[in-house]
Order: sequence, then C-alpha cells, then structure tokens
Amino acid sequence: MAKERKGIEVSLALAEAVGQADCDVISAYPITPQTHIVEHLSELVADGHLDAEFVPVESEHSAMSVCCGAAAVGARTFTSTSSQGLALMAEIFFIASSMRLPVVMALANRSLSGPLSIWNDHTDTMMVRDGGWIHVFVENGQDAYDHVFWAFRVAEDSAVRLPVALNIDGFIMTHMIEPIDFEDDELIKRYLPEYRMEKPLHPDDPVSMGCFAMPEIYTEAQIARERALVESYATCVNAWEEWAALTGRRYHPVETYRADDAEYCIVTMGSLGETAMAAVDELREQGEKVGVIKIRLWRPFPFDDIYRAVAGKDTLIVLDRAISFGGPGGPVALELRSAMCRRPQAPAIVNYVAGLASRDVTVDDFKSIILGGKAKAAEGDLAGFTLYGLRE
Amino acid sequence: MARPIDEIKWQDLEIGATVSEHGSSREYKTGTWRSLRPVVDKEQCISCGVCWLYCPDAAIKRSDDGHFQADEEYCKGCGICARECPVGCISMVIEED
Repeated sequence: MAKERKGIEVSLALAEAVGQADCDVISAYPITPQTHIVEHLSELVADGHLDAEFVPVESEHSAMSVCCGAAAVGARTFTSTSSQGLALMAEIFFIASSMRLPVVMALANRSLSGPLSIWNDHTDTMMVRDGGWIHVFVENGQDAYDHVFWAFRVAEDSAVRLPVALNIDGFIMTHMIEPIDFEDDELIKRYLPEYRMEKPLHPDDPVSMGCFAMPEIYTEAQIARERALVESYATCVNAWEEWAALTGRRYHPVETYRADDAEYCIVTMGSLGETAMAAVDELREQGEKVGVIKIRLWRPFPFDDIYRAVAGKDTLIVLDRAISFGGPGGPVALELRSAMCRRPQAPAIVNYVAGLASRDVTVDDFKSIILGGKAKAAEGDLAGFTLYGLRE
Repeated sequence: MARPIDEIKWQDLEIGATVSEHGSSREYKTGTWRSLRPVVDKEQCISCGVCWLYCPDAAIKRSDDGHFQADEEYCKGCGICARECPVGCISMVIEED
C-alpha cells in the first residue's frame, strides 16, 4: 500500500492496518457482537491480499485459545471482539497475559448484557481491567489505524512480551467513516520488524508453557507478570516516539487540551475526548478556565503523567463510561481518587457516569457536566458518582 | 530441578513461567498428597494391566514378577485403579504416619 489519505470506515482501516502489519494468524468468532474488522480481514485473506491463517472458530473462548496457541509458536496474532464475546473470552484472556503471549486484540468497547445491549460504553473492558494486558484507548480513526502498529511493536518487544488490548469505542468509532492517512508498506516494515520469538513452542527444543503452579510459586509468577506490565511503560513511550519520528503523529500516555492554565479539567478516556474539547472551547469563550485531560494508556497506569497533568488544578471532573456496581464510583474516578490520595495539593475529584450503551453525550451535555461538576466541587459534594441524564 | 521450588525467586522464573527443563515433573513427588494407598493382593491379581492403563498419573509400573504396583513416590491415592480392577484385588488403605 502507498501513502495516501482515504475516507474509510474505521473498522476497515483497522483491518487494513492488521494486513499491513503482515499478521500471521487471525482467529475470531464471526457473529454479534462483532465488527467489520474481522469480516474485512477474512476478505483480505480470502482474496490473497494477506498471507495469513484466518481461523473462524465456534466461540470467542476458542478464538482466544487459537490466538494463544499461535502466539506460543511465535506467530504475529490478532483478534477482535466486544461485549459478550469478551465475556466468553475472559478465561483465556487472563491466560494470554500469564503466558506472556503478545496477542493484539481490537476491543470494540460495548456494554454487557443485561439488559441485552450491544451499544457503546466501557463496561466490557472494565471487566478485564485486571487481566494483565496492556490497555490503550484511541480517540479517532487515525489513532486506531496508528495504534495497530504500535500495539504489535510493543507486544512483541522482547522486554515486554505481553498482549495488548486496543480499546476503540464500538459503533460511535468503529462504524464511522473518517479521513485516515495510510502509511506506505516500507515505513511500516521499518517500524515493525519481523517478529522473532525467543523460545517458542517447537519440537526441536520442547518447553512447557502454562504449567500449573503450587502455592509455593504462584506468588512469584504473579509478581513477575506485574513487573513486566509496569516496566512495559518505557517501551510504550519509546514506540510512540519512534512513530512520531516517522509520521509526525505524536501520542502520549496522558494528553491534555487547553489544560496548562486551566483551574479545573474534565477527564475522559476514548472517543468522547473530542466532544469534551469542543465543549471546553465554548466554555473558554465564556471565561471558564477549563481544560481536558485524556487518558490514553490505561494499563500500565501512567501515574507520573497523571500527576504532571493535574498539577495546579483545583478540581477534576471525571467522566466514566461504566459503573462499578456497589462501589464508590466509576472505574476511572476510582483509580484517580486512589492515585491522588494523601498527595499534597491533590485536586478535588467529582465523578460523572455518562454515555452508557451509546446514550448520546453532546457538547451541551459536556458543558452541563463540566459546570455541574465545578458547582459540586465548590459545595464539597465529592462522594460517589452522578449518573448524568438519568430520568427520575 | 536445580533447586527446590520454594527457593526460587520471582526473578529466576523464565518469561511466562515457561519451563525449559525437560522432564522436570519427575522431580515433583506427588506421593505426599496421598491419604489412601493402593494395596494389591497378588493372590487375586490376574496381571491384566487395567490398573496400569487407567492410572491418570502413569504412576503404576509392572514389577519383575509380572504384577502391577503403584510407585509410592508419585501415586496420589485417587483410587481409580481400585475402582477399575476387574477382579477387585486392589484395596485402598489409609496412610498412617
């Protein structure tokens, strides 16, 4: 493929990127909840544009199992799912990271049943937050395309060797048609060299993977996994820097918009960041000193980037796209409250949950959330969360 | 294994807790799990090998006299051999230390 700008559905662009990445094995369960990502990949393979094994299986549990087997022999491996599909995958999701298999998954974020729903929010990904994968959230189609290469690059790095979940908002991002700059294949090859796994499963030198661990060694195995995830941060950042050097498009673990002189900020994760920026532009015209903080890297959690971004802010208004039932707030707010606990000059944190199952969050809604959050902070009303737009 | 499992530090583990050493499960003596021990009555044993076939841990071996005997270093005492023996010559006896 040559360098060009195309108007294309984001799912199709993401699939094209997997093709450009010269993926070896793709496995997926091709029914709802699914996107056009694997549908288009099956076309690329069937039409001879991509020399890969496309393995259509009988369930998502099997899809992730096939990915683990393929990754264990050193194949570049990809899958995609959403919602209930991720729930069915969950058992093997945790195993992929424990065996340190660099599977890349496009996770089109959607709500979980019930009530039965397939629309967009972050309920599915929060279910596997603690699954030991690297989690990145993209904001638009270009991000999604770029992060396919980044995800393989980070996952397969010998210092990392972890699976990566590329979180992309279902429908409101996956099904959009956007202008996307495609890079030529030569540039992709330079950025993403051929993958050579150290010690793959091979009959010439057999190894045992996924062994059972008695209580005497399970703790050590878990901390090895934890350290690998925490230490993957450096590779995540370096891979973004190298991508910026090649393409001019620059990404960071935490990104900000009009936040330098802001007194308070709205915090988002995923595609609603763009709506939040539009709302902040309008509020700035009214004299509000407000900015946006966007979390791109969710795991490993970028503590220091967060601390730098919030320095000098009085208040954070955190927008969550999922509920932690019976807990003190949405998952993002929970983590920020925990990260800020007992830090000097920590900002007050107000939590809103909005946009569940694709309920629209418009620029005006963001303005209401931002001003409402500011008022709550002024009143000291910081406990729990507010479900924005709830009829009661 | 080079050293006992409870002396291995997390840094010593291979990536993904992969085990490269071949046949290392031989070093793990699962016989200590056992609370019941299979005892063969050689008078009744017809040396058919059903116990050997059914043992899920390959812990039953043929002795020089042609009968079958559990290797007590590995036998977990599950009792499948006693259950499957067609002549009922294996009884499970409580281990008393």
